[in-house]
Amino acid sequence: MKNNHTRLKIATLSLALLCSITKAQTNKKAEQFKLPQGFNISVAADDVGRARHMAITTDGAIYVKLARPVDGKGIILLEDKDGDGKFNQSSGFGNYGGTGLYIKDNYLYASSNSEVFRYKLDKDQRVVDPSKPEKIVTGLIDRRQHETKSITLDNNGNLYVNIGAYSNSCQEADRRAGSPGRPDCPILDSAGGIWRFKIDQLNQSYNNGSRFATGLRNVVGLDWNQQDNSLYVMQHGRDQLDMFSQFFNSKQSAELPAECMYKLKEGDNAGWPYMYYDPFKKKKMLAPEYGGDGTKEANNKFIDPVVAFPAHLAPNGLLFYTGSQFPERYKNGAFVAFHGSWNRAPQPQEGYFVAFVPFANGKPSGEWEIFANGFAGVSVVNSPREAVHRPCGLALGKDGSLYVSDDTKGTIFRITYNKNSK
Amino acid sequence: MKKILYSGLLFIAFFALKTVTAQTKKPLAKPSATTNINASIQRGKAVYATLCVACHQVDGGGVPNLNPPLIKTSYVLGDKKRLINILLNGMQGVDIDGETYSNVMPPVSQFSNQQIADVLTYVRNSFGNKASAVTLTEVNSLRPKK
Ligand code: HEC
Repeated sequence: MKNNHTRLKIATLSLALLCSITKAQTNKKAEQFKLPQGFNISVAADDVGRARHMAITTDGAIYVKLARPVDGKGIILLEDKDGDGKFNQSSGFGNYGGTGLYIKDNYLYASSNSEVFRYKLDKDQRVVDPSKPEKIVTGLIDRRQHETKSITLDNNGNLYVNIGAYSNSCQEADRRAGSPGRPDCPILDSAGGIWRFKIDQLNQSYNNGSRFATGLRNVVGLDWNQQDNSLYVMQHGRDQLDMFSQFFNSKQSAELPAECMYKLKEGDNAGWPYMYYDPFKKKKMLAPEYGGDGTKEANNKFIDPVVAFPAHLAPNGLLFYTGSQFPERYKNGAFVAFHGSWNRAPQPQEGYFVAFVPFANGKPSGEWEIFANGFAGVSVVNSPREAVHRPCGLALGKDGSLYVSDDTKGTIFRITYNKNSK
Repeated sequence: MKKILYSGLLFIAFFALKTVTAQTKKPLAKPSATTNINASIQRGKAVYATLCVACHQVDGGGVPNLNPPLIKTSYVLGDKKRLINILLNGMQGVDIDGETYSNVMPPVSQFSNQQIADVLTYVRNSFGNKASAVTLTEVNSLRPKK
């Protein structure tokens, strides 16, 4: 307990110090981490690279996928051999950048921005031969917009891969003021949805995978909910509604649309690019590219979100908490790591925190709340580059600790609970 | 030693003279190049706020990995023709000073040539940049009509 406390103090102190150095000129006050009572946050590892998603072994070691390889290594293994809570890099492999990483049944699954590989694990869940992964998916679209491929698995031998739309809203000219939407958006044939593949077949692509769900602009955070045996995803909602300035001003553009959590069944359509979700009206609205004006509702065939979060916060990690370290109300609830917004300028940017949504019987049982805040290191983020850390991936430690990755400074945070600590 | 002192004095004298002439000149002259540039910067600031700010941010710092900064990049400070063409034609998939960016720069051809000159003059004289103005004539030569 005391130990954790000191660690938090050191973490906050060093963060404060760091911020006071980097922010000295702008004269902003460094903010401390804020968590509910009893929770502690500490730094498990630092400067590991652009840390995206993570996967944790049965003995508590952490694999981290890097957006860009460091010294030719796109996946690194962090171990805490002496159990002091500080992790060191013990190996690295996989000469490709990417986001997705997942461990299931003694395989480590990892994605680049166009392929998915799997590595056989030994009894300690260490990769047997880092140089010889099986390439299970190949040839996925990567057009340098929403190009990351997040992954998760179900319990029936299927792999789910996000293929983000290489566009903001399927306009004739992407992100150009007033440009209309392309009829019957052709992007959806090969992107803007979740594709499903088999975990044990080599070299699958569009021809032997299937489009599991469509109408999702881009998903980075996703997880398989073991309680109701379903796929849940977090969509990054569209940007720049004020490209249609006759209908939307910059404030509306900053606050619309919601970042939505969806529960997906096979064949579902979440409506991108034809609609966006208005969290104030709590309605599905017709997109201005397709005749909308901020008041017309969209076709009701599109599915409703499970949770609607504020606009543009960029949810990059989703994890249903199945550990037993945290208090009972967290059990089976959803943690969401928000990378933080950029599309709210000239208003201050928002997000840069980890949120929590309580769940019961496969449904949210309360409002979402901010769980862990202070990653940005400044009280107001006026420009995204001011944020010291940006939360990205989430992973569950075997002892029930929650790990949060940061792809800006490359810090891996560990959140623990002790009911006696303050 | 003497020589250095002497040339130093000369230097100071030269600048003193220069400021005096500049000061005396000011009220006489018609809108000078500097007041023109200041007016252009002011107009350009307003153009920046309507569109560019969304991606390149209030401080011109951009968004890491997504939208490039407009601070002392080789494009902002470099060849003006190339810079004007980025606004007229847009840009995607090009590395900027060794970094990649996962977003698109839309063509902003809805703006008038004057607005394009103004916003680029603003960018070239903000966020720590200091470079010559982009003039209407220069934009006209690349897009004759508007
Ligand atoms: C939708 C987002 C977006 C908007 C709006 C936008 N840009 Fe860009 N801009 C980008 C991206 C992304 C790139 C880099 C494209 C690439 O890497 O190929 C870029 C590149 C540039 C560059 C060259 C690279 C550099 O960093 O020096 C300049 C100059 C520039 N933009 C200026 C502007 C100006 C001025 C405006 C407003 C008139 C504007 N942009 C509006 C996204 C945007």
